[in-house]
Amino acid sequence: MGKYLETVKHPLFDSNPVGVQILGICSALAVTTKLETAIVMTIAVTAVLAFSNVSISLIRNQIPGSIRIIVEMAIIASLVILVDQFLKAFAYQTSKQLSVFVGLIITNCIIMGRAEAVALHNPPRISFLDGIGNGLGYGLMLLVVAFFRELFGSGKLLGMTVLPNVTEGGWYLPNGLFLLAPSGFILVGLIIWALRTWKPELREVE
Amino acid sequence: MIEHYLNLFIQSVFIENLALAFFLGMCTFLAVSRTVGTAVGLGISVVTIQTITVPVNNLIYNNMLKEGALGWAGLPNVNLAFLGLITFIGVIAAMVQILEMALDRFVPALYTTLGIFLPLLTVNCAILGGSLFMVERNYTLTESVIYGFGSGTGWALAIIALAGIREKMKYSNVPAGLRGAGITFLTAGLMAIAFMLFSGIQL
Repeated sequence: MGKYLETVKHPLFDSNPVGVQILGICSALAVTTKLETAIVMTIAVTAVLAFSNVSISLIRNQIPGSIRIIVEMAIIASLVILVDQFLKAFAYQTSKQLSVFVGLIITNCIIMGRAEAVALHNPPRISFLDGIGNGLGYGLMLLVVAFFRELFGSGKLLGMTVLPNVTEGGWYLPNGLFLLAPSGFILVGLIIWALRTWKPELREVE
Repeated sequence: MIEHYLNLFIQSVFIENLALAFFLGMCTFLAVSRTVGTAVGLGISVVTIQTITVPVNNLIYNNMLKEGALGWAGLPNVNLAFLGLITFIGVIAAMVQILEMALDRFVPALYTTLGIFLPLLTVNCAILGGSLFMVERNYTLTESVIYGFGSGTGWALAIIALAGIREKMKYSNVPAGLRGAGITFLTAGLMAIAFMLFSGIQL
């Protein structure tokens, strides 16, 4: 049992896909202007990651080594199409806001990375949990970044006003820079700094 | 007409820079920007692949996948748009493979320089992102050629600039926890602020 718990817990901090392995950055930066889109993206990526890991793990002994990348791509792309259609049917507004980034889950390096590193060599149950753990590690990072960007960028959280804006008679002057591209880079940079100060063994030696 | 295309080109290179405004292709952008030489090689491969795949995907999407696009085959009610994602990634993978083989056969010198980067491009989200933006914005064939070339150039420009900065950074004393990934993110953030100056340019 401990092994399974460890599989889920390890990717949260010690090998966080975004903060430590620097994978899946594109979407982590692009969908974090609002907490809501970040949550939807987390669920979508975790679902794709868990099920792609299970599917690849189930057929791991049948895939010939030379064409494994294309097989993995086909599985991942089909799962992403399912998620995309699902979002378009049940959460149309959010799916519009996420725009191309749902489709770009296909090229999210975390998914290919986990398929290569774990699903090809492990039985389905452990691969599934690994997918869940990495999805949550990715989501954790997204939520932290989105929390700061939405709070300081528009004074809101999940669309509800937390810091009343000057334009609506409050006292908070929103910092528009937090909604633009540069703040995403800078916030992730600072979070990585914080993480590596907390856990010095993660530092890079150059 | 020329102005429209020139405007689209400028817009895709600077204002809507794939790397710095839309965060696309970040994994390679951060990982392969240690030296200028490799960044140039990767940049050229991205421009080439992007200029080929965006128009090819445009043709496939408009003639086979879009709602009613199969009218020429006698199937006017078929809408295959949901197959877009898997088709695009297939086209990209195939194009990368073909380009790799063509280079190997006809320009071996270039192949040895770019060879290691080409397989990486299949999973570079800048490439897939270019095709998805093309669909979302309804570009025509000519527009998609220009958009593919422009967005690829913009991405190449950004990675070469970042590599230049990182080469110089070897001489600076960065705090231990920031070394490597952390400082690269901060640098990219400052570059993104610089690129924001281009916003609002109209020809």
